[in-house]
Amino acid sequence: MAVNLITNSNDTAFSDSSPDWLNSEVMTGTTIMAVEYDGGVVIGADSRTTSGSYVVNRVTDKLTRISDSIYCCRSGSAADTQAIADIVAYSLNFHKMELDEEPLVETASSIFRDMCYRYRDSMVAGIICAGWDCFKGGQVYVIPLGGMCVRRPFTIGGSGSTYIYGYCDAHYKPNMSKNECLDFVKQAVALAMSRDGSSGGVIRLASIDKDGINRTIISGDKLPTFYDG
Amino acid sequence: MFAKKGIQAAKARKTGTTIAGIVFKDGIILGADTRASEGTFIADKNCSKIHYISPNMYCCGAGTAADTEYVTRLISSKIELHSLTTERKPRVVAALTMLKQMLFRYQGYVGAYLVLGGVDSTGPHLYTVHARGSSDKLPYVTMGSGSLAAMAVFEDRYHVNMELDEAKQLVRDAIAAGIFNDLGSGSNVDLCVITKDGTDYIRPFDEANIKGVRQGKYRYKRGTTGLYT
Repeated sequence: MAVNLITNSNDTAFSDSSPDWLNSEVMTGTTIMAVEYDGGVVIGADSRTTSGSYVVNRVTDKLTRISDSIYCCRSGSAADTQAIADIVAYSLNFHKMELDEEPLVETASSIFRDMCYRYRDSMVAGIICAGWDCFKGGQVYVIPLGGMCVRRPFTIGGSGSTYIYGYCDAHYKPNMSKNECLDFVKQAVALAMSRDGSSGGVIRLASIDKDGINRTIISGDKLPTFYDG
Repeated sequence: MFAKKGIQAAKARKTGTTIAGIVFKDGIILGADTRASEGTFIADKNCSKIHYISPNMYCCGAGTAADTEYVTRLISSKIELHSLTTERKPRVVAALTMLKQMLFRYQGYVGAYLVLGGVDSTGPHLYTVHARGSSDKLPYVTMGSGSLAAMAVFEDRYHVNMELDEAKQLVRDAIAAGIFNDLGSGSNVDLCVITKDGTDYIRPFDEANIKGVRQGKYRYKRGTTGLYT
């Protein structure tokens, strides 16, 4: 903890040589989100990565590429989710070369589920897998901590998501347009970031459709504002 | 079991450290302090923390000294063989992937916290790698127990496309902030400037703690003490 750094007593700050935030695990205390719309998906995330109370990276990209039209949103341990995403991206690329076809979102999320379930006792990884394929169009799959995998019309994840379940349930409506989805994700993630200490920074937004990904960033000074009294 | 009998396990030599790196106009600058400590004891007053990976890549190490030394040497060897077989100049992402996959495999028990920087055919690249195997790609990074002090300097003064001299001064000041404000860091500043034209390893770049010269003479004059002969 930060307290260890400012104390003067000889044993806490220095005898252990390094303060505990240095050795504590790097976590993405996160807000992530994905919404399906007709013809694609919208995904969004904050950009904060923390180690204890220290912000290791304030411009993290938690929207991670798996294939050209499949992305995942990562939450949990940074090391675990990066390792899983790398492996899934690798095997999906291999799969793509064998079939000579663009991989399906269902296939990607199935590999995610396999890994998350197999290593559920030794890993902390909450993943949203979203993308577009020519069979089922835009799809969102959630792979939460235990290694389950379900398809949802929209989903939220990470520590910040607990603050916005009510907002999302109240404001989600079926058959939203792409722009309505983008706005919905933007508002929801901004609300979560304002209440959750381990979420923050910028909002990374993206929409994925048949033409691939289209990314946008909403910087810290352009975030939607709310009642802050 | 031994702890109950009052026998403590031997602690590994951990380098309470300040290491840093930035991307500037022509490439990468890495910086490090030169103190190696075992708890409160300074084991080495002028150790080298910027490790060689390849002619165009260097890696600063914090954490367990033995682990940073070993892991960088191992990856250096693997990179050399890799570039021999591929007949290409090595890329920074290749070294990064090797490092993070090895560190992830050891689940944090290899206590190496690294700043990896280099210039390859795709341009300059700068990464941090945590012991658990997570990595971040940023334009300016710090690591080790003095990373907060060093990051404060970067957050204040870093800007894009810095000139060589200004960039060197900034990294020096960041490391110096670690040396003066963090008990685990001390002694000199080492720098390593990597550009597409070559590498300039400056050791020491600056001696932050020059020993003062005594102002007066405190010796007794010859013959002050009478002697019986």
